[in-house]
Amino acid sequence: MTRVATATEVVDLAACSLRELNQRLHDVAGDHPEPRHWRVVNPNGTHAVACGLDAPVEVEIAGHVGYYCAGMNQRATVRVHGNAGTGVAENMMSGVVVVDGNASQSAGATGRGGLLVVHGDAGARCGISMKGVDIVVRGSIGHLSAFMAQRGTLVVCGDAGEALGDSIYETHIYVRGEVAGLGADCVEKQLRDHHVAELRALLDSAGVRDVEPSSFRRYGSARQLYNFRIDNAGAY
Amino acid sequence: MSGKGGWQPGLRESHLYDRNVIAEIQRAAREGIYDIRGFGAKRRLPHFDDLLLLGASISRYPLEGYRERCGTDVVLGTRFASKPLQLEIPITIAGMSFGALSAPAKEALGRAATEVGTSTTTGDGGMTPEERRSSKTLVYQLLPSRYGMNPDDLRRADAIEVVVGQGAKPGGGGMLLGHKISDRVAEMRDLPKGIDQRSASRHPDWTGPDDLEIKIHELREITGWEKPVFVKVGATRTYYDVQLAVKAGADVIVVDGMQAGTAATQDVFIEHVGIPTLPAVRLAVQALVDLGVHRQVQLVVSGGIRTGADVAKALALGADAVSIGTAALIAMGDNSPEYDEEYRALGSAAGYYDDWQAGRDPVGISTQEEKLAAKLDPVVAGRKVANYLRVLTLEAQTLARACGKSHVHNLEPEDLVALTVEAAAMAGVPLAGTNWIPGAEAR
Repeated sequence: MTRVATATEVVDLAACSLRELNQRLHDVAGDHPEPRHWRVVNPNGTHAVACGLDAPVEVEIAGHVGYYCAGMNQRATVRVHGNAGTGVAENMMSGVVVVDGNASQSAGATGRGGLLVVHGDAGARCGISMKGVDIVVRGSIGHLSAFMAQRGTLVVCGDAGEALGDSIYETHIYVRGEVAGLGADCVEKQLRDHHVAELRALLDSAGVRDVEPSSFRRYGSARQLYNFRIDNAGAY
Repeated sequence: MSGKGGWQPGLRESHLYDRNVIAEIQRAAREGIYDIRGFGAKRRLPHFDDLLLLGASISRYPLEGYRERCGTDVVLGTRFASKPLQLEIPITIAGMSFGALSAPAKEALGRAATEVGTSTTTGDGGMTPEERRSSKTLVYQLLPSRYGMNPDDLRRADAIEVVVGQGAKPGGGGMLLGHKISDRVAEMRDLPKGIDQRSASRHPDWTGPDDLEIKIHELREITGWEKPVFVKVGATRTYYDVQLAVKAGADVIVVDGMQAGTAATQDVFIEHVGIPTLPAVRLAVQALVDLGVHRQVQLVVSGGIRTGADVAKALALGADAVSIGTAALIAMGDNSPEYDEEYRALGSAAGYYDDWQAGRDPVGISTQEEKLAAKLDPVVAGRKVANYLRVLTLEAQTLARACGKSHVHNLEPEDLVALTVEAAAMAGVPLAGTNWIPGAEAR
């Protein structure tokens, strides 16, 4: 039987358990998942929705989700039509996760690849320990974002809270609005042409086209705390 | 004088300012930075040596030492996981990172564990293919740093261990100094080469027991509720930590006492934070008993397990299994007199070497230098660790049989007495020759 490629599998979390939803999403692993399009209704703040996916499926979630939505995502595209709780797309490896509303703390924490887009604001610790993921936040982010951030790029179209990029390693940070304060070893750096190009590409990928890349400021590691030196004791 | 530093009549060394204290004050004055080292606490602490087992006599029957069976198997993760770990012996290998240890050392641990039917554990640096290949049963750690964490390895693992803390440094994060951040280690951890890497001490995406419960739920959802989830804590407020870990949904709780080893930590941290393994076991068991889940949520105890006697006493106090780290490295050859000359060239000596952070280990264990690592044959080292694990098991069986037990898990607190008032109070067993358990009336 030939199935219609555009058919969307609808799962109602008011009638189906989270375990069943996630297992069904895991069972379609592979390069040609069937069904490819999923729509989850009545999420009602459930935790761990669509986590651990590893297939190029597209999952639309109609409503708010709790903690760890799309956690450790691989290859899937997950879109939350609502707000997301703590740790959305934590440790994501690849694929795309989009939050139409706001995201709580630790959005994209430790992510190693892929793209996380938050159209609203993100809370504290956005991009904490990020390891290669790209994060684009249309609004503002909270304190201690990009703490110990290792790789990847964090783009913030609004403002950033206190202690941005504290103990940062090699992540690139771009902020368009005000930065309340920089953390240890995080400094403002010159925005060069190739940074503008990197930003433009990321904003395009995120579907953010009404913001001029050259209007951002760039932040990164001063690399002064990479090795123990007693002279730096006061910086910690 | 009888020689440099030698004693002669009239010379009296200060207890408060002994030669080690003087050397450390002067080192600090010279270098201006705290001492970072490996190994574990070196101070004397109440330990299993302060307990004795009561062998059988008239009131108890012993088992025939060479004839009657004394079981040693243990199942870890029976609470929620659909695939609990089935181990042949109650002694597992603790988490030690690739980075802290060389690849051959990690492979040797996997080989040894596989040979004797037990599990080994990854560490703060991710899972290496060598380690996965050589380990039949591998526990994958989820640490605050999340170095190398990926869902493929999570699914490849046989169990997941959420590391909240470790006994050598409860409240502290991992540490790996720049000279051990080789190309491969840097790549696995997504870090620049050669930096002094300091792991976070808190998890990045959860805070407190309510969050931990949700985190464990996520890990189970990702892995289809198959794998046991361990929660490892450094021993401090053990009673409450164990109860909170149970509440958060752990299948297995690992309690790591302050004698536990580390590859690199500040000396002041190693020696002054946490509680010894002895009271930690009792507190952990009490927490499980009070919740009515003792033996349903399994308890693994680590920190200073060296002999079959330590194993037997930990089990008698109520642990389901023990875990070894430092002793496994010593079994491979760490601190062996065979390497004394090489240790002396590094300013140390066999029996004293604790510079595991430095990466210059002449045995090839705590190093990332290819030339040094190549000195450790993973097959030979693995066989040594397997032999050692067998001896620990045989010793524990010997003691259990003497107490009349047909399984090592049948050992119980009633089989123990303490040699010191401190050990009696900490372990909750009577001082030998009395029925006095200090503090029992207050519990």
